[in-house]
Parts: sequence; structure tokens; C-alpha cells
Amino acid sequence: MSTTILFTVISLSAIGSIAAIILYFVAQKFKVYEDPRIDQVEEILPAANCGGCGYPGCRGFAEAMVKADDLSPFYCPVGGNETMTQAAEILGKAVEAKDPLVAVIRCSGSPEHRKRVNTYDGASTCVIVSGLYSGETGCQYGCHGLGDCVDVCDFEAIYMDEETGLPVVIDDNCTACGACVKECPNDIIELRKKNKKDRKIFVSCVNIDKGGIAKKACEVACIGCKACVKVCAYDAITVENFLAYIDPNLCKLCRKCVDVCPTNSILEINFPPRKVKVEATETVETKKVETPVGPTGENEKKENDNNIINQEG
Amino acid sequence: MLKTFPKGGVHPAEGKYSANSVIEKLSLPKTVSIPIAQHIGAPSKAIVAKGDKVKVGDKIAESTGFVSANIHSSVSGTVVKVDKVLDSTGYKRPCVIIDVEGDEWNESIDRSIELKKEISLTDKEIIQRINESGIVGLGGATFPSHVKLSVPDGKKIDVLIINGVECEPYLTSDHRLMLEKAKEMLVGIQIIMKALSVNLALIGIENNKPDAISHLQNLVKDYPGVEVHALKVQYPQGGEKQLIKALINREVPSGALPLNVGAVVHNVGTAFAVYEAVQKNKPLFERIVTLTGKSVKKPSNFMVRIGTPVTELIEAAGGLPEDTGKVINGGPMMGKALNSLEVPVVKGTSGILIMPVVLSARKKESDCIRCAKCVSVCPQGLEPFLLNKLAQLGKNDKLETNAVMDCIECGSCSYTCPAGLPLLDYIRLGKSKVSQIIRSRKQ
Repeated sequence: MSTTILFTVISLSAIGSIAAIILYFVAQKFKVYEDPRIDQVEEILPAANCGGCGYPGCRGFAEAMVKADDLSPFYCPVGGNETMTQAAEILGKAVEAKDPLVAVIRCSGSPEHRKRVNTYDGASTCVIVSGLYSGETGCQYGCHGLGDCVDVCDFEAIYMDEETGLPVVIDDNCTACGACVKECPNDIIELRKKNKKDRKIFVSCVNIDKGGIAKKACEVACIGCKACVKVCAYDAITVENFLAYIDPNLCKLCRKCVDVCPTNSILEINFPPRKVKVEATETVETKKVETPVGPTGENEKKENDNNIINQEG
Repeated sequence: MLKTFPKGGVHPAEGKYSANSVIEKLSLPKTVSIPIAQHIGAPSKAIVAKGDKVKVGDKIAESTGFVSANIHSSVSGTVVKVDKVLDSTGYKRPCVIIDVEGDEWNESIDRSIELKKEISLTDKEIIQRINESGIVGLGGATFPSHVKLSVPDGKKIDVLIINGVECEPYLTSDHRLMLEKAKEMLVGIQIIMKALSVNLALIGIENNKPDAISHLQNLVKDYPGVEVHALKVQYPQGGEKQLIKALINREVPSGALPLNVGAVVHNVGTAFAVYEAVQKNKPLFERIVTLTGKSVKKPSNFMVRIGTPVTELIEAAGGLPEDTGKVINGGPMMGKALNSLEVPVVKGTSGILIMPVVLSARKKESDCIRCAKCVSVCPQGLEPFLLNKLAQLGKNDKLETNAVMDCIECGSCSYTCPAGLPLLDYIRLGKSKVSQIIRSRKQ
């Protein structure tokens, strides 16, 4: 009995020691050198693994940064300039500060402004709707309102407003990782420069139809009337395909364009209330009459609002 | 035992209300909007502009590549404009809008009704004429027909299969065509046989159309090489791969075309269009459309000019029923609901189906209980429940290895799912993602 135990212990220890010696030499032979800076850089990264930098996770980003000679194409949107400076210190390279960005939703088509013309009862994701047809409203460019952007956000920075049926970005949570921008099938979400006190001015519309058709589908659509272009002192606004765009790098947040927009499709967010509010509203009213509502296609007359048909895939 | 395909399949209620309605010519509409992209492949390029006068059969849009098709005017009149109009894809797309004035046909079209049996053109000329006439697959897939007829070097075709299955419930346009235009269609088949230089053509017809089967069986005696086969009623037998398996027991490999097993499949409607193009020089500008539904007053089969708004058809069939839930372009299985009744009829419109509210509502979704009914009905031998989940999770590599690209989108899985899951919607999403990946890999 005791000899059996003795032999077992001896043979097992012998096998163990031999294996240990072999493994030691194998480990020496096949040793992979890993730059210790990769670990150091990874340590300071936010570990969100969101992919916002364009690399597969934070470690992938760290590896790429260690390898690269120039850090200018790299930017961690979650960590921001602070993290990038720390990473640059570790790597002994220079990095330029970049403007922090924030996601904005370029659609204001709530049910009040944008009438429903049919009902969708299929699978509840925006990307499937957009594969099937132009959506429940007359505007084929706007938000479908089924919240793909909310599902994809890792930072709880977007929620659906139940009243308007549109997504809302919580600026403090948004890291500008760009996941929602990629997910949105209608390319409604844009990353724009984050201004002081989270102030934003942007055209909240992506409809590229002619003015009359756009206005008919949605009351707050951009009709491409160019009133904002005329009033802008900084040449920040361009109109292409009947749609205005405000360049965030040129815009000085003067709010003149907001006043003249006849359809209120330019939004101002987080600004203090105006001193002469009454006067401003009047300007909007008068402008509304003066500005032509774009060329009206005969096409829109044919559009049938009365036929409300359900839509299925 | 009647022939059929061996794997999967379902048998939904047939509802062929319009089977006995003779094909009627629909009166000309006031305006037509003819989309310049009605086929699979590159969109055509409009060659008319505002103010141009056109006649019936004049070319108004030119094909822009090999896999593309010409578009011809279906009416005579003045081009109002070329603009974006909502069409059956559910999106606004470029259309040529023509105001109808009279009914003046292009002089080159032979408008006589006598049957012309002798085929005077050579095979090359036939394919050329089919290409010129803008003929696409009229079963619904709208794949340009001349592409299917141009057999690449080194491939050998030994059998032509003619699809008269019409497995979609409700639709009867092919059924009526086989009864009323049988002789023309048979000449069309012989033209296609000549173009492909094959000696055998098999017409597959499901057994729920006994009148069409016996009618054609009597006629084919005069057409050597053409055979009629009755098939067991089973959806989706009209699928190319299923029909080949049912008729000649050959299996098209994954990712391959029927061409690879020596067969070419054409729809009966396409054969008729080929006859008219080759023998009468008449381009494709009208087609037979079934307008049907349970509550429709007068379920009908109309000969409709391309570009006619769907409302005109509905009016002609007795108006929109009060209990309408959905108006579907195509059959109930593969068709797609319309989001406007003003959309024009296009080359691929085989039917307009008006479904009452009770029949059109989706089942309430619940959880998958792993009953594997979807697996047993899939005619392609896929696992729809798995593909559904993978597509939801965005696992595109796994979707590809699980052969998502083999899905023919017949909808048998969604139809049969007791949990009411929108399986096909997600599989289609997965397919589009995977095909994007495959395309980017090739570049």
C-alpha cells in the first residue's frame, strides 16, 4: 500500500520537474517581446472599448499609438485631450489638442410638425424600416423614431423623447464615439464642435427635397430659401440640394440665422432667453411672408394624404 | 405522384378569386409616371426631356450597362417632366411623367393579332431584339432577360424551364395568360429555345390550375420539344432553384446560378413578352396585373400600361373596400405593402392585393420556443431562427458561414412561426449587410 503511494509521488514529481525544465527552455525560445509602453498607455485609456477611435478596443488603440511615429491621426473621443496628452507624455511624442465634439440630432419632425401618412407594424428597428420604405411620414429623410441610436449607445447619452418621438442627446454623457452616427440609416446624427456652455446652433433637418415638397411633409423642414445665408456675417452657411448647413468651425453663435428662418428649422440650444423676445418673434412673422417658399413642384399636388395604408415588409 | 421539391415548403390558403376573370384592357390613364429603374442592375438613363412628344413604344430611357434594361413609353403624349415620384420601392425615385394624348403607336410595331409562328431571326438577333425591347423577368424579380439568354463561353445549357407555377396565393396573372395567350406564349418559348439552342423546354404548372394544364397539353403537340408538367401545389415552387429541383431533379449549388446545372428558367409572362418583341417588334410597355382581395367587389386581371397609378386599377375593380388594412404590391407571401396608392405599375408588378384589416395584422410577437418549424419549412435548408438571432446581434461572419446568402426571401419561416417573430425582416437585414461585406471584399 505505502509503496504504491511512494511510487506515485516520485513518478509524478519526476514528470513535473522534467516538464518544468522543458517548458522553461521553450518559453525562452519563443518569448514574444511586448513593448511595456502598450500596457502603460492602455492603463490611462478609459477602457470603454467603444471603438470610437476606429481601433478594436482600447488595447488595439494603444498598440497602434505605440507603433506610430506621428500621433496626429489618433484621438480618443472618450478620454479627450487630457488622456491624449498623458499618452503622448508616456510615448515622448507631441499631440495637438482637438476640439471636443458632441452628437446632435438633425431632425425636429415631431408628430405635431410631421404628419403620419401610414402605420408601420413590422420589426421595430430603424434600419429595417429604411430597408423597406420611406417611413411613416411624408419625409423620407427624417428620423424613423425607433431608437437604433439609443440601443447602440454605450454611455446612456441618448434617450427617446416620448412626446416628440425623437432622440435627445445628453451632452454631459456623450463622448462623441460616433456609434450612433454609424448606426442611423438616415444619417441624421452629426458630430459637431462642443461650444462653451454646450451652446449649439444647427440646422435641424436633412430633407433635400425642393422647398414646397419638404414643407408639405414637415412644417419645420429646411426649404432652402437661403434667408440664413444672406443674414450670416461669417459665411458659415451654405445651401446645397435645398438644404442649409452651418459650418461649426465658422459659426460665431450670433443667432441671426435663427431669427430669419421661416420654418424654424435652425435650432438654438442652451442660450439665455433674449432680451427683446417680442420684437424677435415679429421679425420671424414678417420674414415668413416675404420669403418665397421655394419652387413648388406639381408633384406635391398629386401626393395623396387621404390614403392611410398600413405598411408591412 | 406529382412532382415537387423535396425540402420544406408551406401551403397557404390559395384565395385565387380572380382565376375566372378574363383579362381586360384597362382604359388609358390621364398621366403616367414611368420609373427609370424598374429592373435589377444599373438604373437606366432618361433620354427624353420636358416638352418632348412621345409615341407608344418610343424609347424614353436607355440601359447603362450589360445588366440593365431600356424603358419605353407606354402611352403617347407630352413629357411633363422627369422628377422624383414615390414608387413601389417605398421611396421617391426618378420617373418620366407623361401626359396622355390619344393612343398613337410607333409605326414599327406590328399591331395585328394573327399568330406569327415562323421565327426569321437568328439567335444573336433574337437576343439583340430582347435587349432592345427592355424585357425583364416578369415573374417579379425583374432581372434583364437578355443577360439570362447570353450564355457565357464554356457553359452548356440543355434544358429551358418555363415557370407557370404561380405559387403565390391570390395571384392569377400567369394563369390567365396561359389560358388566353397560350399559342403566343408557346411561340415565345420556341424563340427562347432557339436563342439558347436547346431542344427541350419544360413548362411547370401547379396542379391547382387544371384548365391551364390540359389546355397547354393539347397545344404542345404542335410545338416539338415543349412538354407540360403538372406539379404538386407547394409554396415556394416558383422559386428558380425549387422549380429546377422539382422538374429535373438537379440541385443548384450554394452561390451558383441555374446556368451551372445546365438550365435556364423563364416566366410564362416573359415568354409572351419575348413573342411580342421578336415577332411583333413590340417593346415591353404593358403587362397583366391581377387586382384581387377578399373584399374586392370585382377581382380582375387587367392588361395595364406601365406607369399607370394603382388607384386606376382599384377604381376599375370596384373601388377600395372599406375594411382595407393593407394594399400589397405582389402576392401575400413575398409582396410588399404600398405606402401610397399613387405609385405606378412597373414591369415587376404581377398583382395588387388588397388585404382586409383582420388578415393583414401582424401576429403579436412572443419568444422563440425552439420548435424548429421554421427549419422544417425552409426550402433552402437554412436555420431561420439562428439567422434571425445572428442578424439581430450583428454577427455578420457567422451569418455568412450559415449561408444567409442562400435565402430566397420566400417568407415561409415568418409565415409558419407560432411566436410571430419577424424572421425574414432580420434575415433580409443580415443578407444586405453580408452582401455589402462580400462586395467590399471583391474590390
